[in-house]
Amino acid sequence: MHSSNKPNRQFTEPPENPSVALLVTCIADLFRPSVAFASLQLLEQAGCEVTVPEQQTCCGQPAYNTGDYRSGRAIARQVIETFADYNFVVAPSGSCAGMMHQHYPALFEDDGEWRGRARDLASRSWEVTSFLTEVMQFKPDLSNASGKYTYHDSCAGLRELGIKEQPRQLLKASRGIDIQELNQTEVCCGFGGTFCAKMPDISEKMVDDKLDNALASGADTLLGGDLGCLLNLAGRAKRRNLDLDVRHVVEVIAGADQHPAIGERET
Amino acid sequence: MKQTSNAFLDTARGNLADQRLREHMNGLGITIPLGRAMAMEELGNFEVLRSHLRDIKDHTLNNLDYYLGRYEENVIQRGGQVHWASDASELNDIVAGICQRIEARQVAKGKSMVTEETALTAHLQALGLEVTETDLGEYIIQLADEPPSHIVGPAFHKTPEQIRELFLEHHQLGERSLETPTEMVQEARDILRDKFLNADVGIIGANALVAEDGRSMLVTNEGNGDLGANLPRVAIVCTTIDKVLPRAEDATALLRLLARSAIALPVSAYTSFYTGPRRDEDLDGPEEFHVVLLDNRRTEILGSKYQDMLRCMRCAACLNHCPVYIGAGGHAYGWVYPGPMGSVLTPLLTSLEESSLLPEACTSCGRCAEVCPAEIPLPDLLRDLRAESVQSGLTPWRWRWAMRLHAWLAKRPGLYHFTTGMAIKLMHRMGRKNGFFSKLPVAPGWSSVRELPAPQGGTFMQQWKARSKSDG
Repeated sequence: MHSSNKPNRQFTEPPENPSVALLVTCIADLFRPSVAFASLQLLEQAGCEVTVPEQQTCCGQPAYNTGDYRSGRAIARQVIETFADYNFVVAPSGSCAGMMHQHYPALFEDDGEWRGRARDLASRSWEVTSFLTEVMQFKPDLSNASGKYTYHDSCAGLRELGIKEQPRQLLKASRGIDIQELNQTEVCCGFGGTFCAKMPDISEKMVDDKLDNALASGADTLLGGDLGCLLNLAGRAKRRNLDLDVRHVVEVIAGADQHPAIGERET
Repeated sequence: MKQTSNAFLDTARGNLADQRLREHMNGLGITIPLGRAMAMEELGNFEVLRSHLRDIKDHTLNNLDYYLGRYEENVIQRGGQVHWASDASELNDIVAGICQRIEARQVAKGKSMVTEETALTAHLQALGLEVTETDLGEYIIQLADEPPSHIVGPAFHKTPEQIRELFLEHHQLGERSLETPTEMVQEARDILRDKFLNADVGIIGANALVAEDGRSMLVTNEGNGDLGANLPRVAIVCTTIDKVLPRAEDATALLRLLARSAIALPVSAYTSFYTGPRRDEDLDGPEEFHVVLLDNRRTEILGSKYQDMLRCMRCAACLNHCPVYIGAGGHAYGWVYPGPMGSVLTPLLTSLEESSLLPEACTSCGRCAEVCPAEIPLPDLLRDLRAESVQSGLTPWRWRWAMRLHAWLAKRPGLYHFTTGMAIKLMHRMGRKNGFFSKLPVAPGWSSVRELPAPQGGTFMQQWKARSKSDG
């Protein structure tokens, strides 16, 4: 099953009041609703008519990556139907957006009935920071924000969707925000979906390398665009008692970082 | 070679616990990708060149019978002989037969992953032949009695200090410091020079076979291939059917990417084209020239959904860029080919039963596909192999059932939101004090190395519904 190449979709003018459906993503829904609220807020500020379709659950990636294509297809069909009527589908995750954009068309390659619908959804699917910058040409109001951050480029966003500058561009709207780049920033953090639970020793080595690089960067907070990676990183940082906050980048861009960082207790 | 791929996790754990190996591998995993990136930047048109190479390889594979036929005709015309080996033991028997016919006693062997696949050295040694590996890396691991851990640098896992110890132990040359790599290389060179001069048979591999003129192309960094193919009476090229290319020009298209991908250099130190036995006017060269072409299930891969794998040129860029390989170490893969390309090839050339963990040794990070000069979609092929594991029941039942249960629930949004809403509320209450959970009975692999951050509150969908109601 071959996924296609990186998208090449260019917008010269931002669309006016586009209808946008938020794909909440299952991890944000269950573990980190503030990420979904922050995404909603940013999309509305950017001038989108945002809807949260109630029939959504998960994009089907766990099944697909495990190799259970049948379950993956069943879930994908539901997502394709749920998100059929919007100009854009936006997710606060490169891996879920990449799933719709790259892998749905591959899943239905040989299915005459669903192929067209899968491609149609793929063409409308975006990761939130890339949608805000590339489509909406949005500049957040971050005048009061400050902090010393570093950024982990999650693999799916980086390699399937070409997300690299977009989150940094949004963060740089504030002069008070200092981004210290990670060494080896494009290397996987060891999450890999079920990989981290199937091969914990190798995953541990990878996440430790990433955290060591984050500490060496001198930043107080590690940001990223994918909650899977971030739960892995925050969970390991907690186990090692590291003095490092982990957050989703939209929380900072939306000014919603009053919530405790991932894995931190409520005060 | 005894396959130990199913012990992947145990071997990897041992390698990870070896602090010296871990630091050594980490260093290589950083410096080699940096070098490759610089080499490709200098080249400037990597994407164009690799698409071109992909098209050439696809065309050749789709017409493989034709090009192999042409190659054979041309080798014969130049005075060489072509042998066809359908599996490992046939290749070994053919080579042994040649050695026995000329009453050979010593064999100088160049680097060849194909002969690792067939365990040729052990086969010839069992027949009483003295076989010396003449590639420096292969020579080192022959002394250490270990299999290669990397397809380009077989002794990738050995530190200079370990190599020094091996030489001091195996070379009876008296007191000497042997502290610098230069001294070690000189010592190996002196010893190997004699082996070349005394060998009756030289065995080499091939990086490409040129159909239009019957030449075989080999790149080495030490020139050992040239000595092995020219000094002994008989030269034998051991390679596989997927190495054929239509024209010499196509072999040079491959050359532009091969050394840059493998060792971050524009070219390797030696690039040689072998044309056959010595002709009357030649000053040197072998009396007999043989090519043994191995299939070993490659014709089964041809025409299957894994055919893209046959484009592989064995540059090892995917190994060097794979964080799982760098962590686990090459020996963990338990057969001939490690890393992403090995995790695809091993199940296809042996069996999925004997190697079902290898396709799981992947985070789908995509770095291998990004650097592959043959544009092989390695993460996709690995996922397809996992799909075969699911279908044939090789995936552990709890993962299969977890996925099915999850999918069953995900297809029922009302029930999904109700049950996840209840569960998350409970988890939130239990985890609020700490902010995380240290034990996760449903996924012990997660909690063995990390905490599970506690949910922030109710699910987003619950909160959203409540908010919409109060708004409306």
